[in-house]
Amino acid sequence: MFVQALFFYLFAAICVASAFMVISARNPVHSVLYLILAFVNAAGLFVLMGAEFLAMMLIVVYVGAVAVLFLFVVMMLDVDFAELRQGFLQYLPVGVLVGCIFLAELLMVVGAWTFGPGVPRAITAPIPPLASVSNTEALGLVLYTRYVYYFQAAGVVLLVAMIGAIVLTLRHKTGVKRQNIADQVARNRDSAIEVRKVRSGQGL
Amino acid sequence: MAELWTAYLWPLVVILAQSVLMLVVLLVAIAYFLLADRKIWAAVQIRRGPNVVGPWGLLQSFADLLKFVLKEPIIPAGANKGIFLLAPLVSCVLSLAAWAVIPVNSGWVIADINVGVLFIFAISSLGVYGIIMGGWASNSKYPFLSALRSAAQMVSYEVSIGFVIITVLLCVGSLNLTKVVEAQNGAYGLLNWYFIPLFPMFVIFFISALAETNRPPFDLVEAESELVAGFMVEYGSTPYLLFMLGEYVAIVTMCSLATILFLGGWLSPIPFAPFTWVPGVIWFVFKTFMVFFMIAMVKAFVPRYRYDQLMRLGWKVFLPISLAMVAIVAGVLQYGGLAPK
Repeated sequence: MFVQALFFYLFAAICVASAFMVISARNPVHSVLYLILAFVNAAGLFVLMGAEFLAMMLIVVYVGAVAVLFLFVVMMLDVDFAELRQGFLQYLPVGVLVGCIFLAELLMVVGAWTFGPGVPRAITAPIPPLASVSNTEALGLVLYTRYVYYFQAAGVVLLVAMIGAIVLTLRHKTGVKRQNIADQVARNRDSAIEVRKVRSGQGL
Repeated sequence: MAELWTAYLWPLVVILAQSVLMLVVLLVAIAYFLLADRKIWAAVQIRRGPNVVGPWGLLQSFADLLKFVLKEPIIPAGANKGIFLLAPLVSCVLSLAAWAVIPVNSGWVIADINVGVLFIFAISSLGVYGIIMGGWASNSKYPFLSALRSAAQMVSYEVSIGFVIITVLLCVGSLNLTKVVEAQNGAYGLLNWYFIPLFPMFVIFFISALAETNRPPFDLVEAESELVAGFMVEYGSTPYLLFMLGEYVAIVTMCSLATILFLGGWLSPIPFAPFTWVPGVIWFVFKTFMVFFMIAMVKAFVPRYRYDQLMRLGWKVFLPISLAMVAIVAGVLQYGGLAPK
């Protein structure tokens, strides 16, 4: 247990510290890199809890794809953070309000967990023991049976969001020379080459 | 205290010893994979390749190592120093970390975890950070363009690699790499391996692996005719060496992953007496080298892709094909009664 506790505090401390650095770093690229560090340490915490599938998914999805796009955007934008910080006091009340609501909700969740141990068990599917079934299998079993409609609905929402993003950004410019790969591949010797006799002194 | 020793410290010592052994063997192997790459490339172009250091140039990689390590590292004045030096380390350490879960023989693996395939997939998707960080921290135009290219390229091809891995996992029914190999063990030797039923996925995996590791013909990230040397322009000496090492380790990782997923890992191709006496690790290295040989040959005779065609191939060709194959394979397994229990 001692070693688990040691690693828990190590991961948790780095996670919290890097989360703090995300909002306090001066350079936006450094912020994103600290965010990645926080993600990786959160994945470490998942592994400690025995949720290795979630840990790997966190890394594949958030670190491997989402944070890459964050970094991409942040590197491309020429953000002047000194200018952004000027309105800090103006936005402070809203920020504090959002923070307080979030804190209250977290306390309610944790409170339900602590005061009524039966509560989480009543609202979720029965959790099979870790020894009999692997993590991935257990998740798949509940996700594709008990929660299959929610799962499909989430998929549809994502699909709609993706189509929306494409529709909003797609522009068909006119007057641009485009390549048609099928046309290019369909070219053969007869259609591409023409042999002509050229008499000397005369052009074509 | 005794409990602490038996429960934690002794396993720690064992794992450390295994990791060091794995690293030493891997790095020496990488030295010769690199030499083989140069020799194969030279042979295709009817050159001799490196042949001066040691007999047949066998010590060339070690000479290169000494040369890089003994040079002075140069950090550009405008560079972001911390990230500039962190980038090659990230690149190298991440690609080495993947070898923690790769089984080279039955039971010869440092960490036999349940999500081995996902672990390798996660690690290889992190490999892009070394390039992005290096390109950005150099504070120079060509590395920056290269970093942007690599971000788009590697994210695109990860998608198709992910679907290829999913089809194999559907056939196996487990994410454990050892189980993936054992599922291909059968009475017919190499006819049982997944490269026959899943041949289209094997081809897609091979091409996507080239793109994921920035090998030619997809080396747009370091296309010398457009970007000088891409993200490595400002690097020299040991940091450059680390990038180079990370790149080759990632390539060999992809070769070994192809071996495990499609070519039966350490299994003997012909399942009777004289061939089954050969230790599994030799079959594994042999198959990995065969995949590497194909990758080296591609470098030697395929011209570089154009960037928009690279994106087209990833999103408009590989993604629909691999997505359709996931559906087809799942359907065949389910309705053909072949699904693993």
